Amino acid sequence: MPHKLFRFNGGVKPATHKTDSVRAPIGRAPMPERLVVPLHQNIGGKPQPCVALGDRVLKGQVIGTADHWVSAAVHAPTSGTVRAIEPQLATHPSGLPTLSVVIEADGKDEWIERRPVDYASMAPESVRELLRDAGLVGLGGAVFPSHAKLSASKKTPMEELVINGAECEPFITCDDMLMRERGEEIVRGAGIFRDLLEPKRVLIGIEDNKPEAIAAMREAVAAAGESFEVIAVPTRYPAGGAKQLISVLTGKEVPSSKRSTDMGVQCFNVATASSAYRALTFGEPLISRIVTLAGNVEQPRNWEVPLGMTIRDFIALGTPRADTNRYLMGGPMMGFELPGLDAPLIKASNCIIAASPKLFPPPPPEMPCIRCGSCARACPHELQPFELYWFSRAANFGKAQEYHLFDCIECGCCAFVCPSHIPLVQYFRYAKGEIWGRERDKKAAESARARFEFRNERDEREKAEKAERLARAAAAKAADNPLASATAAPTAASPAATPAPAAAVTAAAAAAPTSPAVPGEAPAATGEASEAERARKAMIAAAVERARAQREAAAAARPHDAATSPEQ
Amino acid sequence: MSRYLSTSPYQLGNASVRRVMLLVLAGLLPGIAAYVWVFSPIILVQIAIASAFSLLGEALMLKVRGKPLSLFLGDGSALVTAWLIALALPPLAPWWLVAVAALFAIVIAKQLYGGLGQNPFNPAMIAFAACIVSFPALMSMWPSVTLKLSFIDQVQVVFGLMPHVDAMNGATPLDSLKTSLKLNEGGVNVPSLLATQEVFGYFAGRGWEWVTAGYLLGGLWLWWRDIIRWQAPLAFLAGLVAISGAFWLWQPAQYASPLFHLFSGGSLLCAFFIVTDPVSGATTPRGQLIFGFSAGILAYLIRVFGGYPDGVAFAVLLLNICAPLIDRYTQPRIFGLKGTR
Ligand code: SF4
Ligand code: SF4
Repeated sequence: MPHKLFRFNGGVKPATHKTDSVRAPIGRAPMPERLVVPLHQNIGGKPQPCVALGDRVLKGQVIGTADHWVSAAVHAPTSGTVRAIEPQLATHPSGLPTLSVVIEADGKDEWIERRPVDYASMAPESVRELLRDAGLVGLGGAVFPSHAKLSASKKTPMEELVINGAECEPFITCDDMLMRERGEEIVRGAGIFRDLLEPKRVLIGIEDNKPEAIAAMREAVAAAGESFEVIAVPTRYPAGGAKQLISVLTGKEVPSSKRSTDMGVQCFNVATASSAYRALTFGEPLISRIVTLAGNVEQPRNWEVPLGMTIRDFIALGTPRADTNRYLMGGPMMGFELPGLDAPLIKASNCIIAASPKLFPPPPPEMPCIRCGSCARACPHELQPFELYWFSRAANFGKAQEYHLFDCIECGCCAFVCPSHIPLVQYFRYAKGEIWGRERDKKAAESARARFEFRNERDEREKAEKAERLARAAAAKAADNPLASATAAPTAASPAATPAPAAAVTAAAAAAPTSPAVPGEAPAATGEASEAERARKAMIAAAVERARAQREAAAAARPHDAATSPEQ
Repeated sequence: MSRYLSTSPYQLGNASVRRVMLLVLAGLLPGIAAYVWVFSPIILVQIAIASAFSLLGEALMLKVRGKPLSLFLGDGSALVTAWLIALALPPLAPWWLVAVAALFAIVIAKQLYGGLGQNPFNPAMIAFAACIVSFPALMSMWPSVTLKLSFIDQVQVVFGLMPHVDAMNGATPLDSLKTSLKLNEGGVNVPSLLATQEVFGYFAGRGWEWVTAGYLLGGLWLWWRDIIRWQAPLAFLAGLVAISGAFWLWQPAQYASPLFHLFSGGSLLCAFFIVTDPVSGATTPRGQLIFGFSAGILAYLIRVFGGYPDGVAFAVLLLNICAPLIDRYTQPRIFGLKGTR
C-alpha cells in the first residue's frame, strides 16, 4: 500500500556528491594514541568531569556525568590514562576552547564491565535514565539528549514515530551506509523507542536516491517481524530536517512554539536508534559513531571512529589532495568550517569534507537584492528571507522578529537560489546573535541592578547594626555610670538606635530573596518544565557564542585562514 | 564588496541576476521577431539606440556613484529596461526621443533611487509616462502596418534626415477606436468599426495583434522556465478581461471585446514583462494577485475613459506606489502556523 506523502514548501536540489563515499563498506578507524573528548557534546547541561588527572580509565567508563535531566554522559572511547582535563580547541565554528578530557590510549582497548539489560522488564523511567547515562544524543547532528525526547505528551496520544534516514545534505552518506549494513540494529532501536513512546505507527523515511538503503531496511523490518513502514521520500533538500520529514510523512507541521510530541509525533535519526539498541542490548555507551570522509580526498569512505579522534588523525585515513584549503564538518548546506585540525570528532560529527577552491569556489560578488522572491519560494519554513535580510541589514531587529526570524532553521536554501548571491544565512545568524546579545546585556544589566540593590541594602543593614551596637554600648555605659546616662542616652540612642533592630530585620528579610539573583548562585531548578527552559537557554547561549565567534572570525578573517591552511 | 563565504551554505546554485535578465531578454524575442515580420526591422534600430543610451546612462551613474562598473554594467538589467522602452515607443519615433526615454529611465528612475533593486517604480514605465506627458504628439504616431516606406527611409525618418509625412502618422488601434467612438457619440457600433477600418485586424490591431501574441508566447516560456510566476500576469489579464467583459456584455455596441483589449496596446507586454518586474512589484503570491488584478482594471479604465492612448503605464505606476503596502498585508502564513492539515 503506497503511503500518502505530503509536500513541504520550497527546498532545493543541490548536486548530491554522494556516490564516491559509498563504494567501500564502513571501515573501522584505527585507535589513535591520543584522544580529546570534550565534555559538552550535547544540547543542554554541561556534563562534569568525574575522573582525575593520571587516572586509568577503561573503554566505556564514564568520564563526564550528566549534570541535569537534559544532558548526557560522556565516556572514555578506549582504555588509557587521563593526561589532561583542560580547555581544548572545540569542534565548533568559534574555535573557542572547551573543557575536554585528554586520554592517552594504552592500546589494550579494554572494556569496562558492560551490563546488557532487558529493557522490556524495566520501568520506562529507568530506561530513559540508562540512555542518558549511556550518553545517547541525536546523531543526525542536533545532539539533543535522546532520553529527553522519549516521553509522550500527557495530553496528545502518540500517533507516529518517525525514524529519519533521509540524509538530504550533499556528501553525507553515514546514515546510508549504516542502513545498508546495520539495518537490524536500527530496527531494534526503533523498537525500543516505539516501546517507550507507544505510537500507533512507526515510519522510516529515506530519500529515494538511496535504493540500497531502502531495500536493506525493508528486509531488516521484515526479518525482525515488525510492522514498521519504510517509505521512500522525494529527494529534495532539506527533506531530512526533522520538521520537514515529519511534514512529508504525516502532513503535520510542527510550529516552532510546540514540541512535536504535542502533535503526537516524534522523530529520531537512524544512527540514534542503532546506538540506543547497542546501549541497552550490549551495555555499550556512545563512544563511537560513523563519520563520512568526503570531498577532496583520494579515498572517500565511511569510518566508524572513536569519539575524540582528532580531525588530523581522521583525515589522514582518506589522504587529502594537495589543494585542500579547509575542512568542513557537516554538509555543505548547514555545516561549518573547522577551526583547526586539532579539534576532535564529536557526537555531532556526521561528515568531514575536505574542501578546495575548486570544490567550493568563492561565491560571485554580492549584488543588491532584486526582490525576485526566489528565496521565499525556496524557504522550507515559508519565510520571506529577503524581508528578513532588509530588516537585518537595517538592524531593525524588532521587525525581523515580527517576520519570524527565529523560525529560520538556517538551512541555506534561500542563499542557494539567490541570483544576487547574498549570503542571506550569514545575515540571519548575525541578526539572531545581535538579538541574543542584547537580551543577554539586558539580563546582565538587570542582575547588576539586583546586585547593586543588594549591596545598598547590606550597607544600610550594616549601618543600622553599627548604630545599634553603638546604642547598646552607650546604654551599657549609661547603666555603669548613672551620672552620664542623662546626657548619653538622648544623644547616641535616640534617633538611630530605636528603629535600628527593626530596620535590620527587614533589610535582612529583603536581602534574602534577592541573593539568588546574584549570578552563580542560581538554585538548581527542578521539574520538567525548567528542563526544557534550560535546554533552550543552553541553545541560546551556544548560539550567542557562535554569533560572537563569527563576528570575531569575520574581523580577523586573515589570521583565521592562516591558522587552518598550513595545517594541511 | 566580495566576501569569501566563511559560513554555510558553501555549495550554491547557478542562479545569477545576469542569467535572469538574459532570459527575460530572450523572452522578448518572439515578440520582436513578430514586430520585424509584420512591420519592419526598424525596431531593431530602436532597440539598439535604447540599449546604447541605457548602458551609457548606467555607466555614467555607476561611475558617479562609485560602484563597480564591470559588475553592474553586465547584469543585464539596463538592457531589459532599454528593450521595453524601445518596444513601448512608436517605431518611427525620432532617435532622440528614444535616447531621452532611455536616459531618463536609467538615470532618474533607477540610479537616482539607488540603482539595481532600489527603484520603487518600473523605470521603463516611468520613462514611457514622462514621454507621453511631454511629447503627446510624437508618442501617438503609430504608423499603420500597411505603411509603404523602405527600411532606409525609415532609418532616415528616425534620425531626422527625412521629415515625417502625414501618411506615416497613423493612430494606435486603441486610439482609433476611441476617436471614432468619440466622433460619432452613440452612433457607431464597435463590431462594424472593427470589421471595416483598416487599422483593425483579426481580433485586435492589424498586425500588432501578432506582435502581442509574440509577447504572450515569450511570457509563457518565461513562466515555464520559472523566471516569472503566474500570479501577476494571470491576475492582470483576469482584471482586464473581467472589466472589459463587463462593459462589453453591458453594451457590446459601445465597448470592444475582452479579446480586443487583451491583444491591443501594451496589455500582454505589461502582463508578462512589466507587472512581473520583481523590484517594483508585489512579492508575496497573494500580493501579486492583487497587484496584477488592480493593474488590469486600472489599465482598462485609463485606456477607455482617460485621455491617454493606453493606460498600462499609469496603471502600473499607481500600483507600484501601493506595492509595499500590499506586501505588508499579504504576508503568507509560515510553516506550522497554518493549522494542521
Ligand atoms: S533570492 Fe536574493 S535577490 Fe531574490 S528576493 Fe531573495 S534575497 Fe533578494
Ligand atoms: S535559511 Fe532560514 S530563511 Fe533561508 S531558506 Fe532556510 S529557513 Fe528559510
